[in-house]
Amino acid sequence: MEKRELTCIGCPMGCQITVELEDGQVLSVAGNTCGIGDKYARNEVTHPERTVTSTAIVVGGQGPRASVKTKGNVPKDKIADVMKEIDGLVLDAPVKIGDIVIKDVCGTGVDVVVTRNISKE
Amino acid sequence: MQTYDIVIIGGGPAGLAAAISARKTGVESILVLERDKELGGILNQCIHNGFGLHTFKEELTGPEYAYRFVEQVLAENIEYRLNTMVMDISSDRVVTAMSKEDGMYQIKAGAIILAMGCRERPRGALNIPGYRPAGIFSAGTAQRLVNIEGYLPGRQVVILGSGDIGLIMARRMTLEGAEVKVVAELMPYSGGLKRNIVQCLDDFGIPLKLSHTVVDIEGKDHISAVTIAAVDDRGKPIPGTEERYSCDTLLLSCGLIPENELSRTAGVEMNPVTSGPIVNESLETNIPGIFACGNVLHVHDLVDYVSEEAGRAGNAAAKFVMGQLPADKGKPVEIKACDGARYTVPSTIDIDRMDDKMTLRFRVGAVYKDSYVSVYFDDERVMHNKKRIMAPGEMEQVILLKDKLVAKPHLKTITVKIEAQ
Repeated sequence: MEKRELTCIGCPMGCQITVELEDGQVLSVAGNTCGIGDKYARNEVTHPERTVTSTAIVVGGQGPRASVKTKGNVPKDKIADVMKEIDGLVLDAPVKIGDIVIKDVCGTGVDVVVTRNISKE
Repeated sequence: MQTYDIVIIGGGPAGLAAAISARKTGVESILVLERDKELGGILNQCIHNGFGLHTFKEELTGPEYAYRFVEQVLAENIEYRLNTMVMDISSDRVVTAMSKEDGMYQIKAGAIILAMGCRERPRGALNIPGYRPAGIFSAGTAQRLVNIEGYLPGRQVVILGSGDIGLIMARRMTLEGAEVKVVAELMPYSGGLKRNIVQCLDDFGIPLKLSHTVVDIEGKDHISAVTIAAVDDRGKPIPGTEERYSCDTLLLSCGLIPENELSRTAGVEMNPVTSGPIVNESLETNIPGIFACGNVLHVHDLVDYVSEEAGRAGNAAAKFVMGQLPADKGKPVEIKACDGARYTVPSTIDIDRMDDKMTLRFRVGAVYKDSYVSVYFDDERVMHNKKRIMAPGEMEQVILLKDKLVAKPHLKTITVKIEAQ
């Protein structure tokens, strides 16, 4: 049996979680204080995921950049590809929170959305 | 002179939550003064996610979290002024402000809520030897440049200090193509949240060197290299441990300082541990009718706690102007922090004025594993909560119930301490 010590990143509490594994199967999760921790621990030892946040160029807006995020988690090994897609974005003002700017980024099934309102100049 | 029931200094997360809470408590005449060109404060540049899990039960980025509050301020028609700098607050609650459009003017306030936030400790306060070239930024300045302005400050980065903003910027600059070579932290523990070490450093293989500091900065016009060295238990560099890193950027993430110049001129009494005002259960300072909340009161790690705290300050200020806050009888219960607990907010409780329950927040002075947070009512231990881990970078809290306090009419001191058993 394998034991893995994790720090939950589900929220800033940072719970210390102990996961017991056997042949890649999760036997037990302990130390978490909520369901997010349980889910995070199970994912982290089998297929780690992260939310990616960055900015995109905005043309004709009150600011030169709008912040964006992946609407859900994407596989950790896709982060660099997702960043490349986001770096290629050029948005026209106005943009508002929730606007989808990339659908199904890098085949992850997750959209990239705007997280900050930028009004027209 | 203009008059308002409540004037709030600062339109960041604390000021906005205080304003909304004061309005909901029943005060019509509220004015928020903000020096930036938009509401939301520092959250606008904190584009990473992880905000709002406590408040909204979902994971938001900083700008999204801020906008939830801005929307409520707009919906409630709460008055606010942007690009407005407050120059002075007097002890009789006259606020002197100025802006390009209106020049200098004064406002008489029924109550004032201090919500000015904090700022980063600059290089000048750190005593780093070496040259003073370009390329040295506080982590928050770099964050603004990257996330708001769209500029990358450099491509080869060394970070001094492991505060949360430094950790967040380590990841951010890595994602934007920079190479973050090392994070050096003077203390034997990180100043930031554990989750940020995991997802900002470990995820990208960025080394964190604890008990290390910068001992030299090279470069006449622009920074070209820094030397870091291990330090002993008194923080003194150990000869022979020096390592040189060539770099074009040094970020400083070495602590935040509440911005209390205005509070001091008003005569607000300060706590030397937090560098913030000393407040009672209503988050009221020693000057009646002047309240404080958010990072100007004590530096928080979680904005959710700022919002909650600011809501309490807004509620108390509203009750004050509506004449519903019982008079301060001047004989409060003192709250003492000792044996590992560094301070508490608030510092005193007037039981008549407190709500049914009150959150007492504090920080520990070192890393504690499998220890207990204990609360004593005079000599009697009334709370003994086991914690797997406590660290200076993470704020702790206990909840006090009014019933329990009412049952102790002669209570003089509440003590919060950390115990091994």
